[in-house]
Amino acid sequence: MPTSTSKYQYVANDAQKCVGCQLCEYICSYIKTGEFNTYRSRIRTVRAEEILITSVSCRTCEDAPCVIACPRDALTQDPNTGVITVDASRCDGCAWCIEACDFGAISINPETKVGEICDLCKDLEEGPQCIKWCPKEALELTTPDRRAQRARRKLAVEEVIGPR
Amino acid sequence: MHGYSGKILHIDLTKRKSWVEPKPEAWYKIYIGGVSMAARLCWENIEVGCDPLAPGNPICIAGGLFAGTPVPVGGKYGLASKSPLTGFLGDSLSSSWFAVALKRAGWDGIVIHGASDEWVNVFVDDERVEFRKASHLLGLNTFETEEAIREELGDDQVRSATLGPAGEKMVLFANVTNDGRQAGRTGHGAVWGSKKLKALSIRGTHGVRVADPDALLKLSYDISKTAQGPYTQKYRILGTSSNVLNLNRLGLLPTRNYQQGVFEQAELISGEYMYEHYKVKTIACAQCPIACEQMRRAKDGPYAGAMTGVEYESLYAISSNLGVGDAQAAIKLIDVCDEGGMDAMSAGVTLGWAMETFERGVFTKEDFKCAKYPEGFEPNFGNAEAAVTLAELMCNREGIGDLLALGVRKASAQVDAEREAETYKWAMHVKGLETPGYDMRALKTFALGAATGTRGACHNRSAAYDVDIQGEADRFSVDETRGRHAKDSEEYAAVYDTLPLCKFIRRCFTGKADRSGAWPAIAQLINATTGWDLGYEDIDLIGERAHTIKKAFNIREGWTRADDHLPWRVQHEPMKEGPSAGYVVTEEELEYMKDLYYEAKGWTKDGLIPKEKLVALGMDDVAEEIGV
Repeated sequence: MPTSTSKYQYVANDAQKCVGCQLCEYICSYIKTGEFNTYRSRIRTVRAEEILITSVSCRTCEDAPCVIACPRDALTQDPNTGVITVDASRCDGCAWCIEACDFGAISINPETKVGEICDLCKDLEEGPQCIKWCPKEALELTTPDRRAQRARRKLAVEEVIGPR
Repeated sequence: MHGYSGKILHIDLTKRKSWVEPKPEAWYKIYIGGVSMAARLCWENIEVGCDPLAPGNPICIAGGLFAGTPVPVGGKYGLASKSPLTGFLGDSLSSSWFAVALKRAGWDGIVIHGASDEWVNVFVDDERVEFRKASHLLGLNTFETEEAIREELGDDQVRSATLGPAGEKMVLFANVTNDGRQAGRTGHGAVWGSKKLKALSIRGTHGVRVADPDALLKLSYDISKTAQGPYTQKYRILGTSSNVLNLNRLGLLPTRNYQQGVFEQAELISGEYMYEHYKVKTIACAQCPIACEQMRRAKDGPYAGAMTGVEYESLYAISSNLGVGDAQAAIKLIDVCDEGGMDAMSAGVTLGWAMETFERGVFTKEDFKCAKYPEGFEPNFGNAEAAVTLAELMCNREGIGDLLALGVRKASAQVDAEREAETYKWAMHVKGLETPGYDMRALKTFALGAATGTRGACHNRSAAYDVDIQGEADRFSVDETRGRHAKDSEEYAAVYDTLPLCKFIRRCFTGKADRSGAWPAIAQLINATTGWDLGYEDIDLIGERAHTIKKAFNIREGWTRADDHLPWRVQHEPMKEGPSAGYVVTEEELEYMKDLYYEAKGWTKDGLIPKEKLVALGMDDVAEEIGV
């Protein structure tokens, strides 16, 4: 699986904790559309098998392939936060960004035919609402490097005192 | 109108056509959703007196008022048809994405009429209805069927309610399964099978709007966070399997087909033991912040790799009830039932009857010949391999499985007629529905709740064991309070089953699960969703109306007072050992409690409903037909 090398934060899912309730999708779609509709959520839960559950949203890649792929320069990336913005007046719904994304994190709104992508709720002081709502604290705002640091620490603990 | 689309979708499998029926807001205010609305749709659409497996018996699906919103545990729907097990109303609840898809497709309910002459998968794609071939799906288990349809339609958000092989073969206690959840009990799978409906698939792409989203979000958020605390701890960690040791201590854990109430190997099948040795993951239904489905996987031995969600009712039925003290065999047995699409409780109780019938010499080894064991086998209590084989035979209706697929009432009646035996004495059912995992001999309030249950013996529709176990009533004797307790319990449950909300949330509103703790919060949730102005008493009415329409359906199908009965064993055969030894529910006690119950309900001595009672509940047309 391809991995982002990003320095930017994104909403990561701890698949051990995620139970697949989809409350993240309900709240996301409401914030963005005023309706509850998981088809319109920018974070998507995935249940690959009965017990293999996680969620996917924008990984804020550096040099994001979706931005590069867009033939109409409708996608731009904030150099400070990595958040990708879709300019609705330029986007014609060609879906090249969807194909370019290794994570399946972008979708086209079936009604407006414009690309939609997680923006980390950048306009809300509280930050990503999916994180606030997650009942199992499975979601967090983090970077790949911070996740790696934690993985190393966990490994070290397990090597010394066994799995927890 | 908020919270509803105002539209019921009708689908006729015989004529392959569909039409839309508008419903007024006043109708929704009476029947709300879930089992209540499903029962009402059944009342309106059935050919009265029809055979449950005939085309005149409709499949009635009713959505949840809160499905598709962030209201915790509101992702549920109700399903009703006339039950082939009981001959009365079969009403079930199931959960998860199927319920959400129904709501988002814009339907408050779906009624399926007639019968198809070839196997069909009905696909409701928002407003459009498509009849798809299903012959290539035959033989696939419930999980495989759902996945195959998703693959075929190319959309992983398509949700399907499906049959496994048990439903295809019309095992009378077959389930309908969606998203790994079951609309269980009462044999919906057999009804679907009789119509050659392999699956009902739904894609719903529309957003859901409510009257006051900000209020609803605030309420939902708080409940969701409270649900991470002590009020749901039992469900989140061990699941309901934690009941095993508690009930065993009270001498109420059905063991060897209810011959005993204490199982010497209870420890080995307990929720605690399963958690320690076989835990894999906890998963949730759509829209549920609790997550109670405790996935357990057998890791070694003959059943290694079998994996299933384990909860108490399925567990007792296929372990202690069969004398099987082997957690891995229990996992395998539940898995066989879930994949095959049959009710693990009914399957377990029917297997318990078969094992006892064998041990008492009415069945012999010869009766158990099958492809796997051409010479037959000996299904003594405790023989896990025999239990697994029998469950598979049942699911495929092979050999003796064809008889067992009729459920315990019909199977025992057939054996008794053919062999001049009295196996009915250990056939554990009420109205044909196999009993739940609480021994009723020493839970006398629950015995009343089970005897009078509209769908037969059920722990979900009546939780009257609560007052017995909590000591609010003396569980070993009867007194004048029992009628009121049974009424209160079933109507309390009916509120949850109608909205529907999962009962596991009941303490998370205020910490108190009783009416005063839950009703004000539930009223707020309803009002924020619909824009109505319901108060405390209105919530009580939801439960009373829901129960009344179910009862009315049964009366119209020929119910009489004698149908509120108990299993023979509960009335005549006390347990010999343990803390609940020595008790039965005598005929006198039962009839006395029934009198109290009918009186508490405001019914006649014969258990019929007075016209004025129905009119007061806003059910005038029902009053015309069955009121006295």
